[in-house]
Amino acid sequence: MRELSLYILDIAQNSLAAGACEIKISVVEDTNNDRLTIKIADNGSGMTQTQKRQAADPFYTTRTTRKVGLGIPLLRMAAEQTGGRVEIISKPGKGTTLTAEFVRSHIDCLPLGDVVSTLMVLIRTRPDVDIYYKRVLDSRSYVVDTRKFKEILGDVPLNNPDVSVWVESYLREHEIQLAGH
Amino acid sequence: MKTLAELEAIRDKAREKMNIRNNNSEAIRVVVGMATCGIAAGARPVLNAFAEEVAKRRLENVVVNQTGCIGMCQFEPIVEVLVPGHEKVTYAKVTPDKVARIVVDHIVNGNPVMEYTIGHIMK
Repeated sequence: MRELSLYILDIAQNSLAAGACEIKISVVEDTNNDRLTIKIADNGSGMTQTQKRQAADPFYTTRTTRKVGLGIPLLRMAAEQTGGRVEIISKPGKGTTLTAEFVRSHIDCLPLGDVVSTLMVLIRTRPDVDIYYKRVLDSRSYVVDTRKFKEILGDVPLNNPDVSVWVESYLREHEIQLAGH
Repeated sequence: MKTLAELEAIRDKAREKMNIRNNNSEAIRVVVGMATCGIAAGARPVLNAFAEEVAKRRLENVVVNQTGCIGMCQFEPIVEVLVPGHEKVTYAKVTPDKVARIVVDHIVNGNPVMEYTIGHIMK
């Protein structure tokens, strides 16, 4: 995968498969410490110690349509090749938190890419799931919580086409503001 | 800047439409494979392109959804189009530039784009 934002989508799919109704995503860039940290926390079914070990194994998967599960091993490789790491904390019945740390300036560090597109896939296809997104770039930051949108929308679904178009431009504006200045 | 007041206005307009729409027609479903294989092959922009095209053309009875891996990873991005009363059509190696034609020919006019289907691509 060419962008870290695609890994975020891939890991969030695990959260959905684990039955999460809330996914908290944070992307924190700290240029002084040369770190980019991605955290994905869900309230899904969680994993036992054994399942956690299996999740790291490319030749383990819970699905039946193919025999390999590459999501977490690929992310681990992407992080470790920059000198970073992946850590998974999980409790059965409570949820899973995955943290991936990257060394920003390393030549093998992939670009973050289009996180807004990743969020839009989640918002469009799983409007029932609450998405909390926190983006930090040194001293600048913003937070988007789809629960806030849902409070305003009431009976109008979050994936209503006109609503989705608005949500996307809202996110893109924040992203541009963060990167600007 | 986008404001939450704008979202309120969009909500009110959407509510009016919800009231006048008849709910008799069953929705057409567009399902995009979004497992690791699909994502790595480019499913994310494909799904968003479908959603944007549907919004742009104001197609009220189309739902864009996602699914996991269906076991044909080499043909990802895979998109299934399910029109009620018709057989499912499976498109393979879909790219964002193919989306507009699938929406217009297949979803709007009812003619599947045969050359984009998995059966055609496997040959």
